[in-house]
Amino acid sequence: MSAMLEVKNIQVAYGKIIAVKDVSITVNQGEIVTLIGSNGAGKSTTLRTISGLIKPKSGQITFNGKRIDGMPGHEIVGLGVCHAPEGRRIFPRMTVRENLDLGAFLRTDKVEVAADVEKVLNLFPRLKERIDQRAGTLSGGEQQMLAVSRALMGNPKLLLLDEPSMGLAPVLVELIFETIAKIRKQGVTVLLIEQNATAALEVADRAYVLESGKVKMSGSAKELSADDKVTKAYLGH
Amino acid sequence: MAKTVEGMQFKGTRGQIRKQKIETTGAIIVGALLTLWIIANIIESPVQFSQAAIAGLRNGLIYALIALGYTLVYGIIELINFAHGDLFMLGAVFSSFFITYWIGADQSNGFGWFAFGLCLVAVMIFGAVINVLIERFAYRKLRHAPRLSALITAVGISFILQFIGLKWNGSTPRQWPTIIPSGDIYIGEVRISLLTIQLFLIGLPLLFGLNYLVTNTKQGKAMRSVSQDKDASTLMGINVNKTIAFTFAIGGAMAGAAGLLYQQSIGTTNYNLGFQLGLIAFTSAVLGGIGNLWGAVIGGLLIGLIQGLNDGAPIGFGQAWSQTVVFAVLIIILVFKPAGILGKVTTEKV
Repeated sequence: MSAMLEVKNIQVAYGKIIAVKDVSITVNQGEIVTLIGSNGAGKSTTLRTISGLIKPKSGQITFNGKRIDGMPGHEIVGLGVCHAPEGRRIFPRMTVRENLDLGAFLRTDKVEVAADVEKVLNLFPRLKERIDQRAGTLSGGEQQMLAVSRALMGNPKLLLLDEPSMGLAPVLVELIFETIAKIRKQGVTVLLIEQNATAALEVADRAYVLESGKVKMSGSAKELSADDKVTKAYLGH
Repeated sequence: MAKTVEGMQFKGTRGQIRKQKIETTGAIIVGALLTLWIIANIIESPVQFSQAAIAGLRNGLIYALIALGYTLVYGIIELINFAHGDLFMLGAVFSSFFITYWIGADQSNGFGWFAFGLCLVAVMIFGAVINVLIERFAYRKLRHAPRLSALITAVGISFILQFIGLKWNGSTPRQWPTIIPSGDIYIGEVRISLLTIQLFLIGLPLLFGLNYLVTNTKQGKAMRSVSQDKDASTLMGINVNKTIAFTFAIGGAMAGAAGLLYQQSIGTTNYNLGFQLGLIAFTSAVLGGIGNLWGAVIGGLLIGLIQGLNDGAPIGFGQAWSQTVVFAVLIIILVFKPAGILGKVTTEKV
């Protein structure tokens, strides 16, 4: 297995506040890797740094062997890194269809884009019913489905998912995790942030535990879910 | 009216219903008064009314073209670009010099039309380039700064442009020859100047073209998404800086075109032109609902129409009260519909 994404010793700050002190993670082709940790551990910041929304103060990030730290975010998307960000961030004044089209903004293969729209609508049939509705009027769960679908429309090699199950009803949480497993079967590599660590560790191959901006532990998902410290702190039993 | 997930009509709280009633009642009263005024004028003298209305709409078209620049920029970075009116002024001065001195056209003939066409292209590029430069060097760095810093910068740019205009145009109004056909034609007894017709023939396609660009093209889609969420747009692969620059470019091009149309129809330029017309155009944008393209067009045409009727129709307050009437109408409409005619105070789930 080759490393698709390599994050090496990044430090990231918002002004004077350091959000990520020293994080190094590796994601291999075809894996599902999850970052777990409490609020403020630096998980979202790590993802935002990978997709170029923030520049790291130090450290480096390579994607398929290419340095991407310091590259503008819109160019990183072009390499196949698609990010469904924290808080969904769908475009509320546009329809569901327009949101999906924007997900495919950089793509020129019109026929395949149309096929991919069908594909994500089959993953989430609820969106099909709402296709011409303005995204701002969708329920929270539907918006989350739209956010994931929109990221998929970019035809990602690496999909970054930030709390895809946030605020969802249990049935929908299950649906989202089933979808993540399905997406991986189609050959997409996934880097996932989850509050719901139990579910995340179930679906993931490997995991990193973040605490106050640093990697505290890492290992295979099985190992970590059996680890005493992890179960106490994050799995709640 | 928002829909719930189940598709039922959501009627809102009692307060919202009451507010909506007030809005509707207000709209009916204002609409009724305006209609009454228009009908009275038509009965009094249909010919004079029509001429006043046409003259008003012609000015309204220029207001609309300028208002679009305000509304586009506000829509995308929430900045009231006070310098926009002055860019229009520079467009008018540029057109004057371009046509009269640089090309040397001074009468309406075939060559005059050619010069006009050439000038339209040149002034639109001129407006676009200046506006992009302003964005790049003055506003971009302030995008995350406190709102007031950007606003005061805009006021500063406005003065800079005004003094460039003062240097260029001189301190007194200058007269220029009109180089497109300027006779009159009659429809019944109503006299319509050829200038007006040509203005609409050029201005309307610009308005529709712009609207097409924003609603139907990829670039337009990028503009709309950037106006809603810049980070999320980046994650779609949209170059946010380039999109904002493009928005300034087309706003500037519209201001340039408005400058030429103004220069050709009024025939006079002055360095403080941007302040007067800019304020009215800004008012149009707010009246129509700032951030909304058709709102800017409707606001501009409406203000032009009201002004035209007030100044020229048989029953009106006369030219001395022109501004008073315009702003009184603005205030009345905003009291009942604070977000403007087409503006919506949107409630979105978070």
